[in-house]
Amino acid sequence: MSTIFDGLSLGAIYALIALGYTMVYGIAKMLNFAHGDIIMVGAYAILTTLAAGGHIGLALVVAVVTCVIFGIVIEKVAYKPLRGASPLAVLITAIGVSYFLQSIAQIIFGAKAQTVTVATFGTVSIGTAEISISSIITLIVGAVIMAGLTLFVKNTRTGRAMLAVSEDRGAAQLMGINVNRIIMITFAIGSALAACASIFYLMQIPSTEPTLGSMPGIKAFTAAVIGGIGSIPGAMIGGVLLGVIEKICLSIPVLAPYTTAVEFAMLILILLVRPIGLLGKKRREKV
Amino acid sequence: MALLEVKNLEVCYGVIRALKGINFEVNQGEIVSLIGANGAGKTTTMQSIMGLIPIKSGTVTYDGQVINKIPGHKLVSLGMSQVPEGRRVFQELTVYENLVLGAYAQKDKKRIKDDIDEICTRFPRLGERKKQVAGTLSGGEQQMLAMGRAMMSHPKLLMLDEPSMGLSPLLVDQVFEIIKDYHKSGVTILLVEQNAKKALSISDRAYVLETGSITMEGKATDLLNDESVKKAYLGE
Repeated sequence: MSTIFDGLSLGAIYALIALGYTMVYGIAKMLNFAHGDIIMVGAYAILTTLAAGGHIGLALVVAVVTCVIFGIVIEKVAYKPLRGASPLAVLITAIGVSYFLQSIAQIIFGAKAQTVTVATFGTVSIGTAEISISSIITLIVGAVIMAGLTLFVKNTRTGRAMLAVSEDRGAAQLMGINVNRIIMITFAIGSALAACASIFYLMQIPSTEPTLGSMPGIKAFTAAVIGGIGSIPGAMIGGVLLGVIEKICLSIPVLAPYTTAVEFAMLILILLVRPIGLLGKKRREKV
Repeated sequence: MALLEVKNLEVCYGVIRALKGINFEVNQGEIVSLIGANGAGKTTTMQSIMGLIPIKSGTVTYDGQVINKIPGHKLVSLGMSQVPEGRRVFQELTVYENLVLGAYAQKDKKRIKDDIDEICTRFPRLGERKKQVAGTLSGGEQQMLAMGRAMMSHPKLLMLDEPSMGLSPLLVDQVFEIIKDYHKSGVTILLVEQNAKKALSISDRAYVLETGSITMEGKATDLLNDESVKKAYLGE
């Protein structure tokens, strides 16, 4: 029971990050491999704010603002000039940005892991199970954010424009949609979600280092692919699925050392059976 | 007065010159068509006017203003609207959402609602299928949707790229009736067509495009009776 709960909350974190990957892929048609490192940026923003005596709420705001600024600047400086370049060039640039962010963090904060105590939460017992309050918070807030995002995309002018750009950039421009602006907004939203993920992540593992974002980044990317990259509900489902499986594996002593292997094996399996992911849509190739 | 004026327009795809410096104009209130075979550069012309592909040299002037340096998305609010080749409706969105996107530049929600009602009167099929996802519509219905969507921005100049493509003769007639009817409401039309006969029959003037150059121009009625046009494009 508590395993499932922990899994769901870890899944909510993965889902929040996966949304950034999937939205950027859907709209800008690129894999932003520096997205995981935005979590690290958020974590250091929280560390710095807390160290300066700031409240946890303020830390979250600072993290969101910092991550959004990083997301927008990275898009403008590194990716926008490559609009229309080969996907490989963009991909390599993204990897370069990832290393750049890690190196900057290392120069400023050092390579050593630092402890970040966001807040200490106890546990509540429901029936026989002990469930950590931080898991409950993560799960509830994560669900609210994702519901909000879904409503935003489906019901607002900007959200509809995002769907339009994701489906047909040229046709979207013919509608008078500023495609560059929509891509910028997408990066901003993805980065804000990553900032939220970073605070939840620190609630579970209260420590940060320059390479903090790598593993959750890769896992969330896996989740996005499992769910069907480009699909928003797919990223949510993929994230939650991956989180639950990870926690279940960790709770079984024989499997625990192989947890990561099991997760990636699942990715391979799903790609073999359904290459477009669980909720991915087959794109009709234009003739 | 020329509403749209294209001067020495040159477009290249790599080393291939798709448009070799073409000149044409569309006067206020006219229907002008651009006819030509596959690969002549018709769609390239349309896309470069709307800023979808970069132009190498030349100028495009709309309503007295040089527009080829203006970002493409701003042209809609100047009164230009295009129905692209292959319709390109947003397949995953509903008919209603497609129409709302057509009014992207319009922020007044009441106005958008009224305009959608008007479009649904013009195209009753769209009214019946408002909540349906556009990808499930038939080809004819998608063409109607693409046209309705382009009309949502109240253009002064409506450009249509191959509206008859892939449609049955009956539907082609319907589409051309709609264009004629819309023109009567005071909108200037630039039409690109492979179906030269149909296009010429509703146009005031026309240009013939051949492998990136304009080879002939004149009154539509004259071109309809021109021997070489008859032979090459009218199948007579």
